[in-house]
Amino acid sequence: MTSALLSVRDLRASYPGPAGPVQVVHGVDLDLARGEKLALVGESGSGKSVTARAILRLDTDATLSGRVELDGADLLTLPPRRMRAVRGARIGLVFQDPLAALNPVMTIGWQITQPLVIRGVPKKAARRRGVELLARLGVRDAERRFDDYPHQFSGGMRQRVVIAIAVIADPDLLIADEPTTSLDVRVQARVLELLHELTDERDMAVLLITHDLGIVAGFADRAVVMRHGRAVETGPVDDIYRSPRHEYTRALLAAVPRIGGDHTRPLVTIKEGGQ
Amino acid sequence: MTEPTEPLLRVENLTKSFAGRRVLSGVSFEVAPGEVLGLVGESGSGKSTTARCVARLTEPDAGRITLGGRDVLAAGGRELRALRRDMQMVFQDPYSSLNPRMTVAALIEEPLAVHGLEPDRRQRRRRAADLLETVGLSAEHLDRHPRSFSGGQRQRISIARALAVRPRLLICDEPVSSLDVSVQAQVLNLLRDLRQRLDLSILFIAHDLAVVYYLCDRVAVMEQGSLVEIGTRAEVYGNPRHPYTRSLLDAVPVPDPAVERARRTTDRGSHP
Repeated sequence: MTSALLSVRDLRASYPGPAGPVQVVHGVDLDLARGEKLALVGESGSGKSVTARAILRLDTDATLSGRVELDGADLLTLPPRRMRAVRGARIGLVFQDPLAALNPVMTIGWQITQPLVIRGVPKKAARRRGVELLARLGVRDAERRFDDYPHQFSGGMRQRVVIAIAVIADPDLLIADEPTTSLDVRVQARVLELLHELTDERDMAVLLITHDLGIVAGFADRAVVMRHGRAVETGPVDDIYRSPRHEYTRALLAAVPRIGGDHTRPLVTIKEGGQ
Repeated sequence: MTEPTEPLLRVENLTKSFAGRRVLSGVSFEVAPGEVLGLVGESGSGKSTTARCVARLTEPDAGRITLGGRDVLAAGGRELRALRRDMQMVFQDPYSSLNPRMTVAALIEEPLAVHGLEPDRRQRRRRAADLLETVGLSAEHLDRHPRSFSGGQRQRISIARALAVRPRLLICDEPVSSLDVSVQAQVLNLLRDLRQRLDLSILFIAHDLAVVYYLCDRVAVMEQGSLVEIGTRAEVYGNPRHPYTRSLLDAVPVPDPAVERARRTTDRGSHP
């Protein structure tokens, strides 16, 4: 029996709107054990990203309620300074847009090694680990490219740099929001494989936010299917894919085209904006 | 469907460089009337550049393109206008490809007016209403602006606009890749339905191999500016010959946890 690393109860989030606060997360529960991979899956507007941002208290204009416990300590009531420390030391973050996450005037090597350097790891050792990690992420000539700047990297390479920064200091939890959406399929496979290996090697837990049901099937142990700010179904991926209980989950799975599937029949569709 | 037919689109030896870098090297393929050909590859493979050359939005350095036997690259003036009528393009981003100041009616009627197809205003409007219904929207949407539609609805409007001039070839460049899966399913069903009803040929550019499997009769695979493999859906997916095609197919995530687990164990066995 593994203990819960992250436990979220009745999480609600609202944002200021022109006509008063708009609630976008309506009471989400989830649990994540050490070394476990949990996917938050849903379409745009499902609240999956906002849920992740609420767990991390990233949006200062959001009003949050409920409980978010990391190893038993409630993050929602933590003073901002201590919350920043938690984000830096215990939780690694990857978002979809790698440009926004990188500092354009520092070399990628400097940025990758920072999380180690500020923890007192000697620069040489930090560099060695950084180069090795970047090479494992499939960046060719990692040693030579370590001193390049973000603008010298393609979008896909920048995203691998962001992932390296997020995992290099062995966080307990990695929160990754669509981390491979901008990547080509072969690079995506490599990045997901590395995340798999890291969770095994270091007992790192991953909260993966994605719209891609293929990625969820291959990566996650369990999944939370979200729609309109609510978790409509939670369970082990085998159960969700083999016998989805919620009508929306069933429709979502049937809407995905599959290689080798029946191409002579229309795909199942879901009415836009429906409840 | 067994008799050999003259291809609608024939692309021969397309070559193109940008700033000294070769982006297309000798790309050749054909699209038969009523056929849907998928063009797949990773970013930088040259698939979009190929589509843009066919539509004459980009001039290739060398090569030959014919549509219904007419030389696309040599055409100018009136001939080029007629060719453009026969092939219409649908782009990836339905947010930037529709002029936000125009109403849906104006957007769909514009190509009719440009090509002088429907001189009568009331006829044009009726045709726009028909087209909207063809793509699953309704005539009451005619006087609204693009901003009041979702991404999937905008992509339907783009398709209606492309269909307005009754093209023989639709060139779709990643038309569903910015859409949610449920909306993607609607647009894919629509394209599938349209090609049957209108006997339309489609050149379908996409990076998603499952989407291409669903929609396309034949598939061409591009890698770094070259077409490395072309064949029927059954050939390319069932028995890929080129190692690049195999590596792409191996990397596609399958929405089935049992299949994915089996794949990971075999992968690990082969690369210790």
